[in-house]
Amino acid sequence: MKKSHLIIICIFFIFIFTTLYFSLHNKKIYNTEELVGQKISEVELTLFNNEKTFNTKNISNYRFVLLNFWASWCLPCRKEHKNLIILSKNKNLKIIGINFKDNKINAKKFLKEMGNPFFILATDIKGKKSVNFGVYGIPETILVSQDLTILKKYIGPLNLKDVNEIKKIINK
Amino acid sequence: MRKIFFILILIFISTNLASGENINNKILKNLRCLVCQGQAISDSNSDFAQIIKSVVEDKVQEGLTEREIYKFLSEKYGDWILFNPPLKKDSYLLWFLPYLLFILGGIAVYLMIKKRPIEKK
Repeated sequence: MKKSHLIIICIFFIFIFTTLYFSLHNKKIYNTEELVGQKISEVELTLFNNEKTFNTKNISNYRFVLLNFWASWCLPCRKEHKNLIILSKNKNLKIIGINFKDNKINAKKFLKEMGNPFFILATDIKGKKSVNFGVYGIPETILVSQDLTILKKYIGPLNLKDVNEIKKIINK
Repeated sequence: MRKIFFILILIFISTNLASGENINNKILKNLRCLVCQGQAISDSNSDFAQIIKSVVEDKVQEGLTEREIYKFLSEKYGDWILFNPPLKKDSYLLWFLPYLLFILGGIAVYLMIKKRPIEKK
């Protein structure tokens, strides 16, 4: 076999091997990290307790805002709630809760039982508004700065590590 | 005359409805269900798929084009939601590699044929 043929075959096999190797190590689990650094969408959210609305552009009135998507039927939301209570005590942060596809009575019962960490509580009965924030399951939490930039996005329940990370960012 | 007019209106409405439904279905078939990987939104009954279906329906009714709807969803969920990723800097290889390999293969075959000694009759 000619030397040039051998080189071509070697290059071909190296190419196949590297492609397969990187494909195997490529994370197939979807995440919305691409949203980080983008501006938050301007969305009109209906408040939970009345028919008034809150526009997300008004987030600029606060230093840092944490948008938390939750529901009373969601077990991981129950798990993360104590961490939201901890964060709600921080002066630099306002938490906006978005009650996702929930029954109002159950949601009220949930907050009465677990405490209410939300500065503003909005509702997304059909779940369509949440698409504007790239939400695909709950709980999900988005940290937004005063200039409406998405700083962090947490998929799944917030744990203590996340709480410390958020505290570090907002206390800078 | 009235009957003809009435039938024409009915045909117009039904064709409009049908075309709207077709666009919907076409878009939903091109969207990946993120919570049930491997399935299209159109084939999934998951909660996420139901929400995306109604959002797409709303956007079509609002008058957004197919491309605008894909752009909106890929801005929110990344290109991963599209079964047909757009041509971007990081997908050049994906799009052009088959053509490149085809051309290189053609050149290789040409060179091999050219180099082969011509058999004497």
